Order: sequence, then C-alpha cells, then structure tokens
Amino acid sequence: MLLIGYGNPGRGDDGLGPALSEAIVARGLPGLEVDTDYQLVAEHALAVSEQDVVIFVDAEIGAEGAYSFREIAPGAPEVLGSHSLVPQTVLALCDTLYGARPKAFVLGISGYEFGEVKEGLSDKAAANLAAAEAFLLEWLQKADQQREAAHA
Amino acid sequence: MTEPRLIEISPVTRVEGHGKVTIHLNAENEVDEARLHIVEFRGFERFIRGRLMWEVPVIVQRLCGICPVSHHLAAAKAMDMIAGVDQLTPTAEKMRRLMHYGQVMQSHVLHFFHLAAPDLLFGFGAPAEKRNIFEVIKENPELGKRAVLMRKYGQEIIEATAGKKVHGTGAIPGGINRNLPIERRDHFLASVDQMIEWSLDAVKLARNYTLEHEDLVAEFGSFPSNYMSLVRESDGALDLYHGNLRALSSTGDMIFDQVPYTKYHELIVEDVRSWSYMKFPFIKTLGPDAGWYRVGPLARMNTAAFIDTPLADAALKDLKAVTCGTPNNSTLANHWARMIEVLHCVEKIRELLNDPDLQGTDLIAKGDRREEGIGVIEAPRGNLIHHYKVDEHDQVTYCNLIVSTTHNNEGMNRAVKDVAVKHLSGKEQITEGMLNHVEVAIRAYDPCLSCATHALGQMPLQVELFNADGALVDSLTQCV
Repeated sequence: MLLIGYGNPGRGDDGLGPALSEAIVARGLPGLEVDTDYQLVAEHALAVSEQDVVIFVDAEIGAEGAYSFREIAPGAPEVLGSHSLVPQTVLALCDTLYGARPKAFVLGISGYEFGEVKEGLSDKAAANLAAAEAFLLEWLQKADQQREAAHA
Repeated sequence: MTEPRLIEISPVTRVEGHGKVTIHLNAENEVDEARLHIVEFRGFERFIRGRLMWEVPVIVQRLCGICPVSHHLAAAKAMDMIAGVDQLTPTAEKMRRLMHYGQVMQSHVLHFFHLAAPDLLFGFGAPAEKRNIFEVIKENPELGKRAVLMRKYGQEIIEATAGKKVHGTGAIPGGINRNLPIERRDHFLASVDQMIEWSLDAVKLARNYTLEHEDLVAEFGSFPSNYMSLVRESDGALDLYHGNLRALSSTGDMIFDQVPYTKYHELIVEDVRSWSYMKFPFIKTLGPDAGWYRVGPLARMNTAAFIDTPLADAALKDLKAVTCGTPNNSTLANHWARMIEVLHCVEKIRELLNDPDLQGTDLIAKGDRREEGIGVIEAPRGNLIHHYKVDEHDQVTYCNLIVSTTHNNEGMNRAVKDVAVKHLSGKEQITEGMLNHVEVAIRAYDPCLSCATHALGQMPLQVELFNADGALVDSLTQCV
C-alpha cells in the first residue's frame, strides 16, 4: 500500500498533504510506503503500478467538512498537459503504461489559507489534519483486518 | 544578537502560477495586440528578507515545484560568495554538478515527452482529445515508458545528492553536506549507458521533427533576437553549472563575453510595463527596444562554442549546421536543443559517477565572510540569477531574483503575437485548435507558471479573445 501526500508547504494550507505524510511516517506503520512530493508527476505512475492500494492526499478547496475520502478510477487524460497531474491521470497513465489498476482513494483535507507565502497550517486546517489522520488510521486498521480475514 | 525574523507581505501579489493570454482583434478581425500575462512569484524577494543566510538555499526551493534544485543551487552559489568561498572542494562541486545534471535531465525529459510530444506528433491543430500523452503512448508505448524511467533516473540523482526529492538540503554555504556512497554510485552506473542510448534516440526524434518540418519551424513564432547564457570561463564551452556571461546578437556578433556574473547588474536592466507584473530585462548597452534577449536551451546552443561531451557535441554541430554556425532563431528548435542537453547531462552524469572525488570527505571550504552574494546558474529554462545582501547577523536584507521565465518574457510575448497574427487574424471563427497554436509557441519556452499552490490541480493557462469593442468573444482554459 502506498500513500502519497502532495502540496507546497510554503503556501500555507497547501502543505496539508505533506503534513499528513510526515505524520504517518512518524508512526512507522508496517506495510505502508509513504511518499511526499510537491505535486503528482508522471513517474508516480510507475510507483503506483507496484502497489495494490494507493491513497492520494491533497489539500482541498471549498469542500464540506474536515475531509473527504473517496475511491477513484483512472481518467482525466486531458489533464496530462501539465507538469502537475491529478490522481485520476496518474492512474490512467499507470494503466496505459503498465497495465496495472490498483485500488485508489483520494483523501482531500479541507484547507482555507492558500494565498500567503508562509509555512504552517491555519488553525482550522490543522484541526482538519488531525481529524483526517484519525480517520485514516482507523481506515488502515480496518483494511488490515479485512486483509487478514481474507487470508485466514 | 537580533532574533531571526519572518517577514510576511500581505497581501502578496504576483503569487499565482496562472498564465493568461489576451488577444485583441480590431474591426476587421485582425489581431491588434496579443500578450502573455504571467503572474510570477516575485513576492519572494520580500518574503526572504530577515531569514538567515544558511536557510536560504533550502527556502528558495519553495519558489517552484518544477525546478526547485535550480533555485537551491543558485542560492547556494550566492551563499558561497557570502561565506567567502570562491572555490569549492572537488567533492562539493562535483556533487552539486551531479545534482544539477539530474535536475536538468528530468525536467527536459518531462517537457519533451509529456508536454510537447502530443503537439509535435499530431499537429498543433489536432483535436484536443488527441493532443495528450495517452495518444502518444498508443502510437509508441515504448516512448512513454522510457520517458518515465528517464525522469525517474534524474529524480533519483537529485534524491541521492540533495537528500530528498523536495526541499533537499544538499548544498550549503561553502559546500555540500554529503558525498555519494559507493552503493548509490553503482546503482546509477548500472543503467547510465541505457540512459545515454535513450537520450541519443530522443535527440534523433527532435532533430528529425525539426528538419522534416523545416518550413513550419522556420516561421512558427520565430524571429531574430539576442541570446544570453553562461559559458565556461576557459574556453566558452557549454556549462550549465558555472561560468561567465556571454551574449550574442541574432547574427552571431558578440555583445559581451566572459563577463563575471557578479556584474550582471551592470549588463542588464529590468524594465517594467504597466500591463504586466513581470519585468522585461534588456541589455543595457542596446536599450529596451533592441536589447531584449532570450535564454534557455536554444540560447545556450547558440552561445556555446562547443560541448565538452562527445555525443552532445556532435549533436550540437549537427544543429549548428542548419544555420551555418550562426544563431538559430527558430523558437521550435528549442525542442531539439533541449534533447541535446539531456544527452549532455547524461554524459556528464556518467563522467562524474566514474570520478572517485564523489566519495571524497572534504565537503566544505571556508573563507573570509562578505556581505553580498550573487549566484547564477543555467536552469532548465535558462539563466537564473540570485542576488542577496546580508547584515552582520547573517540575516538577508536584500534579494533580487531574475528567473528564466522573466528573461524570456519579451520573447514569449513576441512569439504569442507572431502566432496569433499568422493563425488567428481575419478568421471568422476561432477554433480551439487555432488557440492551441498560441500555446504551442509558449510551450516551446517551457515557461514556469506554477510557483503557487496546486490544490486539486488548479493551474490553468487561460486564453481570452476580445473583439474590437473590447467584448470577450471566446476563451479557453488549459493546463500548461
């Protein structure tokens, strides 16, 4: 399983993705690879192709609630005209290049302050980060239990 | 001692990574004016004030998610000067060069294969749904896989030399904080010949496109201009990491040569215009009308006397033969030049990997401290200037950055207008394919428009078309 947190920590709440990655790395969870990047790029397709499950974590603008979590499918090929990709395009690239279709999810954490050049999260975003991390840990635990049950 | 301060500017202007093209038509539907607006990240010059000098090479990487290493190294070179170090240890310089070649390689590969290839393979006016890398992969799946692996190779070089892909801490004032362990060297050596072979194929691909579309390349967004880059101090060879400044005219006349980059401000004036946040640099002796210039891969091919790696040098001679040795003014030839640089970088990487200095332990040099530092590097998109002053507490009091996209501002605007006039003027209906022609011209420069946030992929280039009455008649949004 791979978790990719991405965003620019120098732009306030855009650092939510990397902040979650760092928090998860600090926990040293077995069986979970963690990557941190500024943005999604083409070679993430290769990394994703080697996994059975991938979770993309990004800041989200204008969403309801502290965070959202949803399964996604390959798509949005038209977006691959940029240095920066969306998760669906990474999956499509992964499928097209390597014939791999891992299960994939997006964890979007609500952020509010993106305009200023500053490090650190807003208070509301930091609270959302904590809520998203708690959710993710619970989700990972359930996923582990399901996997163990399937192998039993 | 004064406490470190964080200075924040609010509101911060010039921070978005969005680019916008506006095209104004007259009553006859002829293009009256066409402009590229890029809101560059100039706020950083104020933001950095008050930070400690040793922090700067790490902080400035946050200017850009595409070429953070270039900012890291340019700032580190400036801090070397402040640390009083004029000559790095061999290990430090070679580790930094390795980092830089990895960066230029991966950046160019991504641009050529993923961003430019769909335009080049399917035509500028092809349907939008056709112009993406997935269609390229359908025609040539091997190309897509190579592009990913080549870029991954460059990214891994960055990680090995800077510590991590993003916000690496490799370069520090006066040197580097790590060497390259033998096992990492062997990892890279194992596939470097494969990278060279693929780079040769990429040069061939770009070369053949340029020559097979000679008429298109000659007229598309092309015009004479001056060119500027660093060249190697001793002999004028291409040098992406260090050297002196050289500028040539469109016909190859030397404007200035082997000028230390610490004197850049004596050579270049940064002009401002009312309609753009971005400055318009020009060569002081020539004035604003005649003194504008271009930087980047093609500019470097034009200014370099030769390349000191054999395969890339042969490729350079091939490119120069097209214009009988005089500067090549064809904007689209940037793609060919870019691939020659990929080949050069990989040749340099192989050369460095075989150099035992990379395993040296003498990492930092020392000198007599100064209060001003200027670092210049040839970033993937062209010349990049970082200029700082610090106070007695090592806090930054002054910062001036001239990034590649700013150097190319006038050139990109001219390319936009040239293409708009040729492909949109007089047309009753403006199609998406026509507007894409404008984007192709911009894309040839590979401008960096994305120095801001990327939450959920919001980084569009917007094209707006206005009629003679000033009313918006068409618009298109596309990521670049």
